[in-house]
Amino acid sequence: MPDQLLFGTEVFLNGLMAGVLYALVALGFVLIYKASGIFNYAQGVMALFAALTLVGIMEGQVPFAHLINAALGTEVHHFGWHLPAFVGIVLTVIVMIVLAWLVNTLIMRHLVNQEPIILFMATIGLAYFMEGLGDLMWGADIKKLDVGLPQGINTLIDETTFNAFGYGFFIDNLDIWATVIAAILVVALMIFSQYTKQGRALRAVADDHQAALSVGISLNFIWVLVWSIAGFVALVAGIMWGAKSGVQFSLSLIALKALPVLMLGGFTSIPGAIVGGLIIGVGEKMFEFLIGPMVGGATENWFAYVLALLFLVFRPQGLFGEKIIERV
Amino acid sequence: MLDQSEGYTTEDGRKIGGVVMEMKNITLRFGGVVAIKDISFDIREGEIRAIIGPNGAGKSSMLNVISGFYVPQEGEVLYNGKQRPQMKPFEVARQGIARTFQNIALFEGMSVLDNVMTGRLNKMKTNMFQQAIWKGKAEKEEVENREAVERVIDFLEIQNIRKTPVSRLPYGLKKRVELARALAAEPSLLLLDEPMAGMNVEEKEDMSRFILDVNDEFGTTIALIEHDMGVVMDLSDRVVVMDYGKKIGDGTPDEVRNNQAVIDAYLGVAHD
Repeated sequence: MPDQLLFGTEVFLNGLMAGVLYALVALGFVLIYKASGIFNYAQGVMALFAALTLVGIMEGQVPFAHLINAALGTEVHHFGWHLPAFVGIVLTVIVMIVLAWLVNTLIMRHLVNQEPIILFMATIGLAYFMEGLGDLMWGADIKKLDVGLPQGINTLIDETTFNAFGYGFFIDNLDIWATVIAAILVVALMIFSQYTKQGRALRAVADDHQAALSVGISLNFIWVLVWSIAGFVALVAGIMWGAKSGVQFSLSLIALKALPVLMLGGFTSIPGAIVGGLIIGVGEKMFEFLIGPMVGGATENWFAYVLALLFLVFRPQGLFGEKIIERV
Repeated sequence: MLDQSEGYTTEDGRKIGGVVMEMKNITLRFGGVVAIKDISFDIREGEIRAIIGPNGAGKSSMLNVISGFYVPQEGEVLYNGKQRPQMKPFEVARQGIARTFQNIALFEGMSVLDNVMTGRLNKMKTNMFQQAIWKGKAEKEEVENREAVERVIDFLEIQNIRKTPVSRLPYGLKKRVELARALAAEPSLLLLDEPMAGMNVEEKEDMSRFILDVNDEFGTTIALIEHDMGVVMDLSDRVVVMDYGKKIGDGTPDEVRNNQAVIDAYLGVAHD
């Protein structure tokens, strides 16, 4: 095979892997949007917050250390333990569930039946609040997140492809793991939504609140459940991004990359979020590879948004979203 | 007159039991508007109870009070002889009160089968992990519930559309699916808000037949709101008549038909 084609294939594969991470973030958006019609701007910050909390718990950081020290004149920073990743993840999941309950109880249930724009504004507020809270609780420095996932070049793929084509593909182990975990997560979500009572109730709530109430579904329970699941998905996304590039506050900006993904996949489709994420991931890598050199590069910054714009013009419901038909 | 303590026997010989649901001096206000004013009536086990009245009489509000969607400012609701504390609609549903809506409230994105299955959500006791891995008790439970749902689907003759997404169905069938969902819960009290609104004569006859059959076969107590006087008089055992939020009549269809206040409310009367 010619070098150019081999290199292109490698770029394609890496694009797929990057797409998985976009898809993970987009998935969190879709879940909440489907169940409650809320576009949760805070999804990216939730991923950041989850990652910060995970690092904090694993490293035994004292939450609100600065605040406590300033108020009480003490000098506490660390509990002095190092927890294994598994324990840290379980505890972080509990934190995310408590957070989901708080968000629902303090904010969302008071805004039932409000306009979508009001709910959206509420989540923007939530995003900034949580960003501040994360800073206050765990500090603003960039943290290293190591949950024991292998990182670096996958030597097996490198050697196999080198022997076969004379050119070794560079595929990051972490990306492979991210793909596997994302696949498991999506399958689990599908099974949950299709085969469990709560999943059926969730779909029911997504469809019609009144009807859901009339068959005995508690809206509050379902909303807390949905925000918890979104919190869990945020944690998974946070772990992947955090392990890749460190837990830092720019992590919350990945929420913006999820927007074009949602434009492509549709706001209401879980498969759409996956496919949308992959298309954006592959698209921006391939575009940079093929067209980038002609226009001076740096196309990755804008490619996704321009693609989303085209979709908005020609297929506003996305690839998989429900078509909006008004009967007159 | 009806025997108010022990129940009664209908004209066609059905035995009607004791009081299931009793509304005592219910008053419901929306700001300054009094939707229901000091109304009392009861619903007895096994009967078909109709609530009728001109537009805006407060019939739907009454049904919403029974099903917990509205909370009355005054009055008591007694269910099975016990005073019912203030409840959320989903809690009322869990007590065995199922309902349909005037403007159909179905899960449009789901199939008919899934819609009817939601009626049985509260019958499922296994946890979500058991259900997800589809093992042991969960599997048995799902099969049982599925059987119950299929019985309802057979009963209402909607077998041929069971996999169809609800959004594709015509209006009359949607109404029937909504009834199926309510029935799937095996309610002890079934509330129907204008089950025949907007239907043609044939559809109305079908629906009437289903309502009678449900009552007959399962002994389900039914309270319904309906505009079509002919239908109401044929179907129901006892009728409450409302006008401007007040109760102006209560009794068998014959009694109500000959009630002067009811005639005035429906035909209009000269105010002098």
